[in-house]
Amino acid sequence: MDQIDILDELPKFGQLGIGVVAFVLVVGFLLFLVDRLPGFDKGRFAAAVFLFPTVLLLAVGLLFPALRTVWLSFFDKDGESFVGVANYTWMFKDPDIRGVLGNTLIWVIAVPILSAGIGLIYAIMIDRLKVEALAKALVFLPMGISFVGAGIIWRFVYAYKPEGEDQIGLLNQIVVWLGGEPQQWLLNPPWNTFFLIVVMVWIQTGFATVVLSASIKAIPTEIVEAARLDGVNAWQMFWRVTVPSIRPAIVVVLVTMSIAALKLFDLVRTMTAGNFKTSVIANEMYTQAFRLLDKGHGAALAVFLFVLVTPIIFYQVRAMRARREER
Amino acid sequence: MSNMRKRWLLAAVAAVSVPLALSACGKADKGGSADCAPYADFGKHEDTQVTMYSTVRDAEADQLTATFKDFEECTGIEIKYEGNGDFEAQIGIRVDGGNAPDIAVFPQPGLMAKFAGKLKPASEKLKSIVTANYSKDWQNYGTVNGTLYGTSFDANVKSFVWYSPKLFKEKGYAVPKTWAELITLTDKIKADGIATPWCAGIESGEATGWPATDWLEDMVLRTAGPETYDKWVKHEIPFDDPAIATALDRVGSILRNQDYVGKVSAIATTSFQAAGLPILENKCGLHRQASFYAAQWPQGTKVAEDGDVFAFYLPGDDAAKKPILGAGQFVTAFTDRPEVEAVRQYLASGVFFNERMKKGPFTTANKQADPNNATDPVIKLSMQLLRDDTATFRFDGSDLMPAEVGSAKFWKEMTAWIAEGKDTKATLAAIEAAWPK
Repeated sequence: MDQIDILDELPKFGQLGIGVVAFVLVVGFLLFLVDRLPGFDKGRFAAAVFLFPTVLLLAVGLLFPALRTVWLSFFDKDGESFVGVANYTWMFKDPDIRGVLGNTLIWVIAVPILSAGIGLIYAIMIDRLKVEALAKALVFLPMGISFVGAGIIWRFVYAYKPEGEDQIGLLNQIVVWLGGEPQQWLLNPPWNTFFLIVVMVWIQTGFATVVLSASIKAIPTEIVEAARLDGVNAWQMFWRVTVPSIRPAIVVVLVTMSIAALKLFDLVRTMTAGNFKTSVIANEMYTQAFRLLDKGHGAALAVFLFVLVTPIIFYQVRAMRARREER
Repeated sequence: MSNMRKRWLLAAVAAVSVPLALSACGKADKGGSADCAPYADFGKHEDTQVTMYSTVRDAEADQLTATFKDFEECTGIEIKYEGNGDFEAQIGIRVDGGNAPDIAVFPQPGLMAKFAGKLKPASEKLKSIVTANYSKDWQNYGTVNGTLYGTSFDANVKSFVWYSPKLFKEKGYAVPKTWAELITLTDKIKADGIATPWCAGIESGEATGWPATDWLEDMVLRTAGPETYDKWVKHEIPFDDPAIATALDRVGSILRNQDYVGKVSAIATTSFQAAGLPILENKCGLHRQASFYAAQWPQGTKVAEDGDVFAFYLPGDDAAKKPILGAGQFVTAFTDRPEVEAVRQYLASGVFFNERMKKGPFTTANKQADPNNATDPVIKLSMQLLRDDTATFRFDGSDLMPAEVGSAKFWKEMTAWIAEGKDTKATLAAIEAAWPK
């Protein structure tokens, strides 16, 4: 009984098959519809037909839950009686939750700056080296690891055993070799939050490096040569030429990182489960809504998170549009 | 074009027919050789299905479903069992989504009470079975506002101290009968060269802190008594009542005593699963943890009074008074079809529990269950304690308190009390402040 019995799993494949067939049928039906129905303006009609399933699914799967979450955030824990903005005032009054908001703020500031900064410096350092491809691959590798996987790996890196016992954590073993006393890295706020941030930076720096490195290579050689002729030093070259030329790419990296940091959940959950004052908004939202069964608090945190993400997305979309017009 | 179409058709046909054909040759059916006499009471319900949902997974789940086999064969009911480690969070989602299981096994009475409006009360027949098979206390834990909803499933005893009988024999230690003897023993172990006589660990993912809440509950029962304990759990006295502070300080005399446990804050990052294992290497002598800790010992460890590890009852000041802290899960139903009713009756009956105990480690408070069926001596000891009329049993308080306290603030503050050395009064006051008004 210990192994998975393939025969037990067969019905699932059956369901998968039914799903695939349903998909084929729906698409086939739509194609048929567009093809056969004699149309008025065929382009628009066809677009409408093809958009319909997407719009429908978005409405059911995204719009409705979002509206309902906003609605629930004004109700009590059972979602039954109206409590006004009590859930929102709770968020800012409760010292624990204020700490959670503060942690998220630290994440949103530290993660983009550190990953973009390290990524940029790394990208410039490896630019046109012989081993550039290898160096890039190495720093990009952690991107392939899921957040939960990375969380588990780093939990081992930070693992603590009392002094005198065999250390199973890499970091503490190094500390011991250097003659230090083993530390409980994930225990003491606010440093534990920074040790968690290190993990996120470890994962995301590869992304920053690859994006920034690509745009450094896209800087026209004329500009670089012109600057050289003018006699810039390396420092001036970096600040006056490289950074302004790749500004759009830096913005993309910063925006992507900030959103990722705002929504962060998995790392905190696997590494500390929000204990020792390391919780962030998304983790607290889950705890409130699903473990403490307080829908009002959970919904209010979700809405607040959404409100925080919105301006960043708004800015990103506007920047993208502006760039498109430039071209 | 026509070629394309043909290929599409072929792919579509293959996609549908292959899984269907495979699923047709499903599992081999069950052999029919069970003795059906003990199951006659539950009636015949040919070709019916009952879904069951609980936290029990892996090996224990296999033992559970193996137990059901005869019942299924004799009654014709197929119990579709599903275990989920995230039960507490998922059950609400499933009930809200109109996808409630027929039978749900709640790990905490407090959580069960939250669903009382949606659960089906016990029938008269089930009530009579429960009255016959369980003590008044155990009936009460499944009762919400005078209505019986849940029947006790498994049970565990938390008031245990694990130790190494080998070490005790070698050094001539005796199992302590009072708190004073326990402290004397602790000092003796320390003097005999074990630097940390006690080992402890409260890390448990998002539930970090729960082993410390058990410590406090056990100590409230010993220093303040069961009556005060009941008032405290029901919030008739404030959470930070002076009696509770006394009990917490008593916990602190061990858990926050560097001479007994080593580095105190290390307890907060030591997982409860690994916490007791140093006993095997004589790196510590004592570890307070529930009967279910028996499952954590590595394979090959002999759990017995003359084996590698065993447990003794955590004594109080007065050897004559024996309060026991414990917990357990409760079987409830969201539907009341006849076959569901039959399964409920079966899950409260002696025939289920005796068969289940033979399949693997399982402890229950059901009076029909025979302790001699126990697979290990700690279970036998637990069941004897659960039946001991001179002992006073109390249910784990954090499981009965509202979730905001019992499965959040209480854990968190006890963790801070250990990890940050937070002041006892401030710790209890913070928990009191979180109690829902």
